[in-house]
Amino acid sequence: MESVRTQAEAANRKMQPWMRSAGQTLMWGVMLAMAFAIGPVVEQWINPYWFTIVILCGINIILAVSLNLVNGFTGQFSIGHAGFMAVGAYTAALVTMGLGDNVSWVSFVAASGFPPEAVFPIGLALGGVAAAAAGYLVGMPSLRLRGDYLAIVTLGFGEIIRVVFMNMEAVGGASGLNNIPFFTNFGWVYSVVVLTVFCVWRMVHSAHGRNLLAVREDEIAGEAMGVNTTQAKVRAFAMGAFFAGIAGGLYAHYLRILTPQTFDFNKSFEIVIMVVLGGMGSISGSVLAAMLLTVMREALRVIQTWYDVDLRMIIYSLVLIVLMLTRPNGLFGTREILDILPSSWRRKLAGGGTKQ
Amino acid sequence: MKTNLVSRVALGFAVIAPLTISLSGTPVAQAADDAIKIGEVGSTTGSEATFGVATHQGVELAIKEINATGGVKGKKLQVILLDDQGKPEEAATAVTRLITQDKVVAIVGEVASSRSLAMAPIAQQYKIPMVSPSSTNPKVTEIGDYIFRVCFIDPFQGFVMARFASENLKFKRVAILRDVKNDYSVGLAKYFTETFKKLGGEIVVDQSYSAGDIDFKSQLTSIRGAKPDAIFVPGYYTEVGLIARQARSLGIKAPLLGGDGWDSPKLLQIGGKAMEGSYFSNHYSADDKAPHVQAFIERYRKAYKDTPSGLAAMGFDAMMVLSDAMKRAKSLSSADIRAALAATKEFQGVTGRISIDQQRNAVKSAVVLKVVNGTFVYDSTIRPG
Repeated sequence: MESVRTQAEAANRKMQPWMRSAGQTLMWGVMLAMAFAIGPVVEQWINPYWFTIVILCGINIILAVSLNLVNGFTGQFSIGHAGFMAVGAYTAALVTMGLGDNVSWVSFVAASGFPPEAVFPIGLALGGVAAAAAGYLVGMPSLRLRGDYLAIVTLGFGEIIRVVFMNMEAVGGASGLNNIPFFTNFGWVYSVVVLTVFCVWRMVHSAHGRNLLAVREDEIAGEAMGVNTTQAKVRAFAMGAFFAGIAGGLYAHYLRILTPQTFDFNKSFEIVIMVVLGGMGSISGSVLAAMLLTVMREALRVIQTWYDVDLRMIIYSLVLIVLMLTRPNGLFGTREILDILPSSWRRKLAGGGTKQ
Repeated sequence: MKTNLVSRVALGFAVIAPLTISLSGTPVAQAADDAIKIGEVGSTTGSEATFGVATHQGVELAIKEINATGGVKGKKLQVILLDDQGKPEEAATAVTRLITQDKVVAIVGEVASSRSLAMAPIAQQYKIPMVSPSSTNPKVTEIGDYIFRVCFIDPFQGFVMARFASENLKFKRVAILRDVKNDYSVGLAKYFTETFKKLGGEIVVDQSYSAGDIDFKSQLTSIRGAKPDAIFVPGYYTEVGLIARQARSLGIKAPLLGGDGWDSPKLLQIGGKAMEGSYFSNHYSADDKAPHVQAFIERYRKAYKDTPSGLAAMGFDAMMVLSDAMKRAKSLSSADIRAALAATKEFQGVTGRISIDQQRNAVKSAVVLKVVNGTFVYDSTIRPG
């Protein structure tokens, strides 16, 4: 009797990780499906001004979480994220504009009963793939460098991409692309946010993720334990670039215009600030920091309507300085939002340790 | 355990902080109850801050003068300026805020075409008239019928310089040296050629270069062989300065002609003495002796202790054209303001007489400046048509 019970318990215990991961996958799936269900409702109900802020929040969350994979979890300080965003943005825009103008494609889409928006996911995916390819190409040689040197290379790469687009006649040169179709809506942004958080979460909690953490904590020790550190770094870099590319595609189809100047190093630093503020190595930290900084910039506009002087950037930087002085590891450090719950709930919800 | 509690509180605060800040950011009702609200979007901070600040000072001066003379339809005007830091996405959120939160009846902005292109679809979507003071890219007003501008578009300068060369300078033979990488330059060269030929002139040689080139001797040698009266170089100041130096060293005495891409002190630093006697078209000149221009400059100096730049003058004109349209409009509904704006004819602005054409672009005069003793001196005004 006794032994049967322990066996059953053991079996139950064995089942749990599988059930947990299935349950988690289901939860993420439901969240994804919700996007398109609540999207139109949200767009009806929300004020258009807040709606644009929500969209920008979403795009910034994707950028911050994907950069966190490189900067936070793998510990490789990259400051060229805007470059990958630019690759994705231009690719996605060229795909949707190219296919949009292509008569045979249009008639094919019309005949198959798809809305014209059907080109959008193709554009986004190709934008992500192009950015990932760029990330791979840059990552292969440069990720053998460390620390400051890597930062300089990534910064240089981001600028190179911008200058290349500026000198390419096919993408409008310095005056950029315009008349990009308006496809980005709440459903798309929300689902890509969920997808990004899901993928990065699963990546970090997988065996590959352990490799990334090993690279961050001690590269030499990791290598001694058989971790292919270069491969791990390149993988993180390419995956980060992929999501940055998709964010770029969403950005292009939201703003309907792309100019190379948008993707200068200031944009890269904005994303780095979100990651550092949220905590290097905390997904929920990046999400919250991206939302905080995006909303704060708009909220501070009120001050300009009072005093006619734009103090936004001064207050913005003061808030950053105070936060970095009081919480040098960022708002969350390496912890996640679930960590504020009592540990027993946390274990149930997260299905395993979330601490690294 | 204690540290755990502290960090939990801190984390909780981190979650709540964005919420409180976002709540405090809900729009504050403006005190001015009865005023007509005009929105302005400009880059008052960031790398292009001088553009936004100069334009805003022009707009502000216009608002003061309109209100001092009784406002529009018995109501005062009030401008709400939002900064975009020179970023297109900020310009888009700012214009959305102005339209949906502040309920402005019209928008003035932006200076840069890239930001105007981000704002225009939104203004068009909500059917709020938008007047750009100085976005010269032809695509801006193509966005829709609510988008206007008070500056001329790039091709017009080719027309202006052709007329100036033919009628004022009595030149018959002109050579062209265009920047093939730059659609601004190609457009100017195209319209110059068309107009100049129509006026009985001859393009003796048409050469090209690419922005970033340093050596222009082979093109200039072929131009020297054709013995032109002048060389039309519609490029940007860096190359123009180099071209001028090399032309003089090859013994070419003919003056150079160009467009507003020359308008930079750098032109004289690079070109030096070689630039003397050359002409280029521009939007406005502070040396223009016309009384209404000098009166504007004096009022501006009084308010801001500074000579107004071209952007300030265009900001002033944008606001003046808008208020003129609002005075003529049947009501202050956006459709009526739009119709009145589209019907603007021969409005006397600081930067010329402004008429709005079918494409909602301004048809207006341009000024021609001459390089004399290392400064830009007003030479003449060229009327359109």
